[in-house]
Amino acid sequence: MIERSLKALAQALAAREISSVELTRLYLDRIARLNPSLNAFISIDPERSLAQARAADARIAAGEAGPLTGIPLAQKDIFCAKGWRTTCGSRMLDNFVSPYDATVIEKFDAAGAINLGKTNMDEFAMGSSNETSFFGPVRNPWDTTRVPGGSSGGSAAAVAALLAPAATGTDTGGSIRQPAALCNLTGLKPTYGVVSRYGMIAFASSLDQAGPMARSAEDCALLLNAMAGFDERDSTSLDRPLEDYTRDFAAAADARPLAGLRIGLPKEFFGEAERAGCDAAVMRLVDEAIAEYRRLGAETVEISLPNMQRSVPAYYVIAPAEASSNLSRFDGVRYGHRAAEYADLNEMYSRSRAEGFGAEVKRRILIGTYVLSHGYYDAYYLQAQRIRRLIADDFVAAFRQCDVILGPTSPDTAFRLGEKAADPVQMYLSDIYTIAVNLAGLPGMSLPCGFVEAADGRLPAGLQLIGNYFDEARLLAVAHRYQQVTDWHRQHPELD
Amino acid sequence: MSLTQEQVRRIAHLARIEISDAEADATRDQLNGIFALIEEMQAVDTRGVAPMAHAQEVAQRLREDRVTETDQRTDFQAIAPETEAGLYLVPKVIE
Repeated sequence: MIERSLKALAQALAAREISSVELTRLYLDRIARLNPSLNAFISIDPERSLAQARAADARIAAGEAGPLTGIPLAQKDIFCAKGWRTTCGSRMLDNFVSPYDATVIEKFDAAGAINLGKTNMDEFAMGSSNETSFFGPVRNPWDTTRVPGGSSGGSAAAVAALLAPAATGTDTGGSIRQPAALCNLTGLKPTYGVVSRYGMIAFASSLDQAGPMARSAEDCALLLNAMAGFDERDSTSLDRPLEDYTRDFAAAADARPLAGLRIGLPKEFFGEAERAGCDAAVMRLVDEAIAEYRRLGAETVEISLPNMQRSVPAYYVIAPAEASSNLSRFDGVRYGHRAAEYADLNEMYSRSRAEGFGAEVKRRILIGTYVLSHGYYDAYYLQAQRIRRLIADDFVAAFRQCDVILGPTSPDTAFRLGEKAADPVQMYLSDIYTIAVNLAGLPGMSLPCGFVEAADGRLPAGLQLIGNYFDEARLLAVAHRYQQVTDWHRQHPELD
Repeated sequence: MSLTQEQVRRIAHLARIEISDAEADATRDQLNGIFALIEEMQAVDTRGVAPMAHAQEVAQRLREDRVTETDQRTDFQAIAPETEAGLYLVPKVIE
C-alpha cells in the first residue's frame, strides 16, 4: 500500500480497500518506527492527523471525495498550521504554536488531505544539507551517513523512506530540487507567484516559492492542482485562471510522444570544459537521459546562458539582503524566543536574536545587513539586481530557441554529514545549477535519472528540467513521458 | 575587500545580534570567504542594465480601505513572551 501513487491511494480509498484512518495509522506507525534514525519530522500530532482522517472518511462515505481526500501528506515546517507547533527549524520558534493556517495548508485541508506532521528543514530554509536545523540533521534514507540535501531535506527523506506518500517543500535557491535529486524524488518549483506565500515563513520574498515533492511527475501534478491559485493575502500572488496540471499526461500512445519538443542544452553545463563542474558519474546519467529523450522524439539544441556563472554570487547578495529584512521581525516581543536576562530593550533584542538564531542564519543576516548599509548598497545590492536582470534575459533569449532546458540538478550525489558544514562557500556552490531559476522566477523541476554505484552502496542522481514562465503543465508532461519509459523513480531504499 | 573585526561588530550591532570578540573573529573569516565569492560580481559590466527587484513585472494591487480582519488579539497574545492587559510588555524605553 505505501508504495502506491497518489492516484492509486485515492482509488483504494474510493473502493473501501482501506480507510483514511487506517492509511494514516499505517504511515504514523512507520514514522514512529523509522523517524528516530532519520529525523525527518520535527513534530507529529497523531490525534490531529487522525481527526482529519475521520473527517475524510465521512466525506468519502458521503461521495464527496476529491483526488486528495483522505491522503496523508507531510508538510514542511515552514508552513504555519493552526494549532501545530511551527518551528521553521529554528530555536527562535521552538515554542511557536501557529494561531493561523498558511494558504497552502488551508487548501490541502479543503481538499480533505491529512496533515501527517511537520518535516525537518534547514533553519529558516537556509542551507543545502539540512545540517543547520536546530532539531538536528536529517539523514538520507539511501545512506544514513549522508545528507538528504536541503533545505526541504525532511520532506525529501520522509517521502523517500515511504514515511509519507508525498510532501510539500519550498525553494528559494534549489531547496525543493536539490533534496529531490539527492533522495530520488520528483520535485517541482513553480513559476514565482503561482503558489501563495501567505503563512509560509519568509526567507527571501522575491525568490521563495512552494511546491510539491513526490515520487512521480503525476503525483506532483495532483499536488500542484491543490496548491496553486490566486490569493489576495499574498501581494505577489498572480491572478490567473486555474489550470489542470495533469492535462498533458493523457495523449495517444505513440513511440515518439515528444516529437516536436526542443530541449535546450546550455553550453555552460555541457561544454567540454564546463562538464568538469559536475561529478562525472552524474553527468553520464544526465547524458543517458538526454539519449532517452531523443528516443522519445525530442530534438536537442545547444543554447547559452552566459551569466549563469554569476548566479551564485548575485544570489548571496539578494537572498541575504531580503532575509535580513524579513528576519528583523524576530525580536522577542510578539512571539518566538526571548532571552531570560537583559538590561534594556536593545539587549533584549540582541540577546534574544543571538540565542534564537543559529550560525548560518546569523551569517546571512550579517551579509544582508552589510550589503544594504550606506555606502555599499550600489556596489553590492544594485549590482546583484542588475546581474539578476541579465540572467533573466539569458533565459528569455534561450526560450526563443527551445521549449525546455535540461541539465543536472546538483553537481554531486548526496555528500557525507559534516563534509561541507565547515565551509559555507562550498555548501553554497551545491546550488550552482538551481539558483538562476529562482532569480529569473521560472519553474524548474528535478526527477530521478539513475544511480551512481559506490563501494558502499548506490546513490540517486537528479535531472533538472527548466520551463518557460507558467509552463508547469508542459514540464510535468515532459517528466512524465520519461517516467513512463524508466523506473528510476519507482526505486526505494532498503530500510526495514 | 576584507572586513575588520570592528566592521563585523558594527554590522552585528545594526542587525541586533549580540556577538562576542571570539565569535566576531570566526565570523569575520567566514564572511570574508563569502565576500570573495560575492566579489566575482564586479567582473560583470552592467552599465545600462536596469536592476531587477522582482520576478514578475506587476503593479501592486490596491484594495478598498475597509476592515477585513477579525479580532484575534487573544490568540495572538497567547504565544507572546510577556503581555499584560492586552499589551505586549518590553523593558522600559523612556526614563
